[in-house]
Amino acid sequence: MTWDLVANVAIAGVLTGLVYGLMALGLSVIFGVVRVVNFAHGEMMTIAMYATVALFAAWRIDPFLAVVPVAAAFFVFGYLLQARLINPFVTRPEHSQFILLLAVAIIITNALMVSFGPDARNVQVDYQLESYAIGPILFDKARLYAAGMALAASAALFAFFRFSLTGKAIRACADNYLGAKVVGLDVKRYYALTFGLGAACVAVAGCMMILLVDVTPILGPAYTLLAFVIVIVGGLGSMGGALLGGVLIGLSEALAGLFIQPSAKSMISFGLLILVLLFRPQGLLGKKA
Amino acid sequence: MSSQITRRRFNAALAGAGLAAALAPFGIVRAQARKVRIGVILPRSGYLGFLGQSCQKGADLAPAVIKDMLGVDIELMNADFESNVDTARTRAERLIQEGANVLIGAFDSGASAAIAQVAEQRGIPFVVNIAAAPQITEQGYKFTVRNFPTSVDLVRNGLALIGDLFQATNTAPRSAVFMHVNDTFGQANAKAIAALMPRLTQLPFKIVETIAYDPAAKDLTVEVSKAKATNADFLLNVCRVQDSIILRREMVKQRWQPMGIIGPGNPGMYEEQYYKALGKLSEYSISNVPWYHPKADITRAVEKQFLKQNPKDKPMYHALNVGFTFESILIIADAFKRAKTADPKALNDAIHQTDIKNRMMLGGPIKFNAKGQVEGIASACIQNLNLRPTVVLPANAAEAKPVFPVPGYKKA
Repeated sequence: MTWDLVANVAIAGVLTGLVYGLMALGLSVIFGVVRVVNFAHGEMMTIAMYATVALFAAWRIDPFLAVVPVAAAFFVFGYLLQARLINPFVTRPEHSQFILLLAVAIIITNALMVSFGPDARNVQVDYQLESYAIGPILFDKARLYAAGMALAASAALFAFFRFSLTGKAIRACADNYLGAKVVGLDVKRYYALTFGLGAACVAVAGCMMILLVDVTPILGPAYTLLAFVIVIVGGLGSMGGALLGGVLIGLSEALAGLFIQPSAKSMISFGLLILVLLFRPQGLLGKKA
Repeated sequence: MSSQITRRRFNAALAGAGLAAALAPFGIVRAQARKVRIGVILPRSGYLGFLGQSCQKGADLAPAVIKDMLGVDIELMNADFESNVDTARTRAERLIQEGANVLIGAFDSGASAAIAQVAEQRGIPFVVNIAAAPQITEQGYKFTVRNFPTSVDLVRNGLALIGDLFQATNTAPRSAVFMHVNDTFGQANAKAIAALMPRLTQLPFKIVETIAYDPAAKDLTVEVSKAKATNADFLLNVCRVQDSIILRREMVKQRWQPMGIIGPGNPGMYEEQYYKALGKLSEYSISNVPWYHPKADITRAVEKQFLKQNPKDKPMYHALNVGFTFESILIIADAFKRAKTADPKALNDAIHQTDIKNRMMLGGPIKFNAKGQVEGIASACIQNLNLRPTVVLPANAAEAKPVFPVPGYKKA
């Protein structure tokens, strides 16, 4: 096995992992603040992928430009979903929240099946089959750009939560629900805002993911599961943890495929999950409860 | 009006119900004698969705063509097993409960094996349209027959055609990397290749590495990186449709240009979706598969009906799927005509006595051996030329000359 083969596979794993990380970031943000586990996360990303395909098919809008309208639409969708549907469930037992969001997931999958049929769809942009070469090392253009966008979107989200007043207010709601109410914050509105941001985050991930994989209506559950694995490995509620988890899962799957068997890739990520649950249940960057 | 039920009314109703119950079986027999109800189980959604839909076109056109040919009425009962083996089992159970006299399907070996178990338990004949895993007809089942080559036969024919291809193009590649899906079909093909290769000493190449992958894989970066690193002369690929598209794109991304891609007996690279998704990148891929006889009368009748029902589609993109699915229904109709009943046991006996010489697919007559397997189904070497599947071998049926080694993708 040559070093350039290992390097090529590792680079592809890290780049894909960054997009995974962005997807999981949305889940982590929503859970970290609202304390609701979004079981429809993968399905929401699937809608974003279809939206990107539709925009490309109708007006040849590049997925990087589609990020703006799709993320904006998802922000509104997420805000309304939280405000109208999920908020009443926030104080109810967790199993009601799970069932509610599972129901949303099933409805999304079936609606996509009815609307788009079972065939796989994708976008064919000019740069999709091209790569940069530095000696024997190849950088898949689409993957590289998608990873760059994932980093930029994550940085913007970090900055929003750290420096903006609204971001600080959301963090206050996450840290102390009662305290936030006492000082007069409209917690339910901030929850809706957070869900909107998480949804926008997953929308950006979806716009990028369509450059890497074809979309089918049944894609959602696999990505919901993957997002869970990533945030549990990285630390549920930790934004940095989600990105780190994404990169770790992307890299470990790629290297497992190379050194063991390509069909054993998922086995390795779930093995990693079990190890983290055993030895660091709060996740790599998570805080102890 | 009184709603009270009197003794007299009750007795009259009871007598009526008794009479209806007594006559019901005769009614069923009469209905069965008029038409046969065929449960069609295909993967019309999920990762095999496109292939299942392609097969469904063959089923949908069969009643009209067969009515003209044999004067037999057919009622289709369609079920989608969603590319999921467990769902295939439950769909088979449900179709039988709903009155199917016979089942056909299921394109996929795993699903076909599951349906065969149900058919055996319930005593309902099952005609496999497409599925190559040998074990389906090696279990001693009495109610399952298959009009499709086993993976051993498929691969034997496919490898022989690879030898012919090299001879025809005056080439002698020394090495191949073998990539295959790890489902039942892919594993069966891999076993067949492992068993046959050492014996086929006339072939000039050795398999330098075998790489198995998930047919539902969304990304094949690692797999293609490994395959490229072998520096093999060509890619021997047992695939499905969606994975073959992902694989081809990834080859281009990784700038890997072997002498060619050859499928030794599998679907994928001659399917319409492959052309639609890849455009010019689909060019020159080679598939050695069973194919239809373009000049047979029955092919013309099937093509005519196909175009009537699918005016925007082209039969050549569905040749194998439509051909074998149509033939499965033809087998049942022929047996039904001879048995003169849709009773499953009588129908099963008649199916086992099948001897259809006038067929659509290349090869000998449709005649089942003691295991319920049709022997002697031939393969052709199909190459994608000008965005359509083109017969390039055997020479007597060729529509064009084979191209090997293939030009680089930039020139395609």
